Amino acid sequence: MGVRAEGSTQMNTTFLNRKNGAWLNRLSAGLFALLGVGVLYVLGKAFVDNPSVFTQQVMNGLQLGFIYALIALGYTMIYGIVKLINFAHGDVFMVGAFTSFYAIATMNLHRWPARVWPSMPEGTVVLIGTITVILLSMLVSGILAIVMERFAYRPLRNKPRIAALITAIGVSFFLEYFGALPFVFTNNYITYPRPFEVVVYDAGTIPPAAMIGMWVLFIVSVAAYIVLRVMGKKGNAAAQAWARHPLLQFGMLFGGFLAVVLTLAGVKIEVGGKVWDLSASNVMLVIMGSSIILQVGLQYIVTQTKLGKAMRAAAYDKPAARLMGINVDYVIASTFALGGGLAGAAGVLYATAFKQVHHLMGIIPGLKAFVAAVIGGIGSIPGAFVGGLIMGETEVLAAGFISTPMRDAIAFSMLIVVLLVWPQGIFGEPPGEKV
Amino acid sequence: MLSKFKGDTLYFIVFSLVLFVIVQALISLGVVNNFWRGIIFWGAAITMVTLGLNLIYGFNGQFSLGQYGFYAIGAYASADITYRWVHGDASGLAVVIFGSILSLVFYALVAAGLRRFYNVSTMTKFTAYTLATILAFWIVAGFLKGPLTSMAMGVVGNMPPKIEQNVVFFFALLGGALLAGIASFLFGIPVLELGSDYFGIATLGFTIIIKVLLDNTDTILGFPEMKGARGMIGIPKWTTWPWVFVSFMFVVIVMRNLLHSSTGRAILSVREDERAATLVGIDVASVKILAFVVGSFFAGLAGGIRAHDLAFLHPQSFNFIQSFNPLIIVVLGGLGSMTGTILTGFLWIILLEGALRLYLPAGFETWRFVVYPLILLLMMLLRPEGLFGQYELPFLRRPLPAPRKKQAAKEVAQ
Repeated sequence: MGVRAEGSTQMNTTFLNRKNGAWLNRLSAGLFALLGVGVLYVLGKAFVDNPSVFTQQVMNGLQLGFIYALIALGYTMIYGIVKLINFAHGDVFMVGAFTSFYAIATMNLHRWPARVWPSMPEGTVVLIGTITVILLSMLVSGILAIVMERFAYRPLRNKPRIAALITAIGVSFFLEYFGALPFVFTNNYITYPRPFEVVVYDAGTIPPAAMIGMWVLFIVSVAAYIVLRVMGKKGNAAAQAWARHPLLQFGMLFGGFLAVVLTLAGVKIEVGGKVWDLSASNVMLVIMGSSIILQVGLQYIVTQTKLGKAMRAAAYDKPAARLMGINVDYVIASTFALGGGLAGAAGVLYATAFKQVHHLMGIIPGLKAFVAAVIGGIGSIPGAFVGGLIMGETEVLAAGFISTPMRDAIAFSMLIVVLLVWPQGIFGEPPGEKV
Repeated sequence: MLSKFKGDTLYFIVFSLVLFVIVQALISLGVVNNFWRGIIFWGAAITMVTLGLNLIYGFNGQFSLGQYGFYAIGAYASADITYRWVHGDASGLAVVIFGSILSLVFYALVAAGLRRFYNVSTMTKFTAYTLATILAFWIVAGFLKGPLTSMAMGVVGNMPPKIEQNVVFFFALLGGALLAGIASFLFGIPVLELGSDYFGIATLGFTIIIKVLLDNTDTILGFPEMKGARGMIGIPKWTTWPWVFVSFMFVVIVMRNLLHSSTGRAILSVREDERAATLVGIDVASVKILAFVVGSFFAGLAGGIRAHDLAFLHPQSFNFIQSFNPLIIVVLGGLGSMTGTILTGFLWIILLEGALRLYLPAGFETWRFVVYPLILLLMMLLRPEGLFGQYELPFLRRPLPAPRKKQAAKEVAQ
């Protein structure tokens, strides 16, 4: 306002005498960098003091980050296609967790193979049972997301955007407090029975074959990727297409992450009185494995199928997609279903990790996952993955080494800091010049 | 003097004075019991918060979820000032008021300094203003705390007790509102650049950060009297109907006059189209910050009113679920309608917290949050522009030129 209030002559002279403020910008960027260096110093000192504990925390952060990444995928897809912050997404996550709770606690669904074939070995029973529970939760959450879209968001699609946003808040409240009613779920914290027993692996209990197998998977897929890229550069179109195939991504991500985690946990050395002895629980491995499988599956749907093509087209330009003969309503509904399914799976994994379900459990993880989606660049699937990992690591490291009660505050200030540095998020596309 | 007030303005003044007298009489005669008095004061506080949000979102188009964060800052700051005063310590009053004033002085200096440069990035502005604030409060709290405290104690403490209480309360409200305004200024500089949805999420993050800070006031921030997550008790119960009325009228009139001025037209033009506003020479960034700071100032003021009425503050009452309340009220009342906001704000509290709680059977409380999202959904489907749309009372209505069509028709007829 000050500039406008000045007299015109005075303004002209000050305008002419203005100096370049670039050095000021460098100075303030330097101050911020100093702050970052301070944080790095604290973390580095923690690492040097006790590398074993620090690395263990990083691994715990990965566990949380993979859950956030799953929720963030739903946010990023829904925002990408209908430009709506779906506040109710965190509650779909909660419903997924509760579905698995009832499936396990009252229906004993995770033991169903043992009832049908009593002679089945225990490991196979647990594996099939757990997969069934996750699939059931994904199904229920996906259906819930479709219902939500059909009855709450679709009628408002041509109304102002705020109407849909308020509706999303309303749906979120409805799910939370409808769930709190005594005959639906309950408003107490409930202990969650895990579908499998926790086993902690450390040096000695990890079979070397698994470790080597993961490294082989990782190295083979990286090598295949490099070879295909080189062939693609030389003009081989088929190789170019195969280089982007989700199967290779699966090999790299699954092999890479599990290989690193298993190796870190499987090594026991003693250097200068400090013992390097980490452990990885099967909960952590299940979370990482299923999260990567689901994300790669989603990547496959989005990049390789007709539905994915339609989704990308609708996200880019809905009216044009409709003109090209795409059923936009169907595409949006299936986007909600996919996002809801991923959130449901995340709910099962979260409840398994933290052993508790509650009717408000979806709020904070939901918001953090949204922040993760924004950090990664909203609308981008790899962005949601990277953003989820960043959020998980930030939260766990902040809680471990900076300040435990402030973990949420630090996690949310990450959002502001990242938005200041990369306004579009890390993987986000620059805004189109639509006028 | 009186001849300056004409027509609608006169009706408005007379109507509000009559309202003041009636409510005061009802309270004095005991017709309105403590419960309903609390409901009215609460309604006024929520309405002030919501008017601030309407200025930010309804009139300036910046989707904000951070209003409750500023409400909390105002409530805790003013409560701390009066709490300390009651316990014979004027340092809260002195530091907040003089720190804010010194910050404002420094802001003027920083603004004058930055105006000598072009190509200044947002981060630079943010750093400069933040450092100025830290410096101001450091100077006041570190060096001038003793003399200023004794000065405040000497000047205010020697007044008759009745006047002393009102003067301290005035400065407490002012201090809370100023702190909320300063916080919103610093937060707004970087974040308002982000644009609609990102701004909304960043403000939501701000609310959560404030809630976490309030949970740890006694351990991390070092205010043992705020008692962190246990809730602050022992706040003097100083809010009376005249104070509520005066602050409420202050908010309404300041906002009305702001919107009627050329600055108000700039605020509206930013909502309609930022590019067009830039093209006609409006400094969009500072207009956004102005609206944001004024809206948050209102929220801080309302926080002081609410804190001294309830005499108890708990971080849980400022969590982000509550922060959707002002947004829902604004949208129900109609975006960009002061009348709608005022009526809906009072109705919201009177219905949800007053009437329904009193007259419905006990099991209703669990159903409350099940029923009102459904009402909200129906409302969004049937009347998305809000109950009142763009309607305004005559006093609050912006003076617009007569519609062109009619004018043209008249000219043709003549």
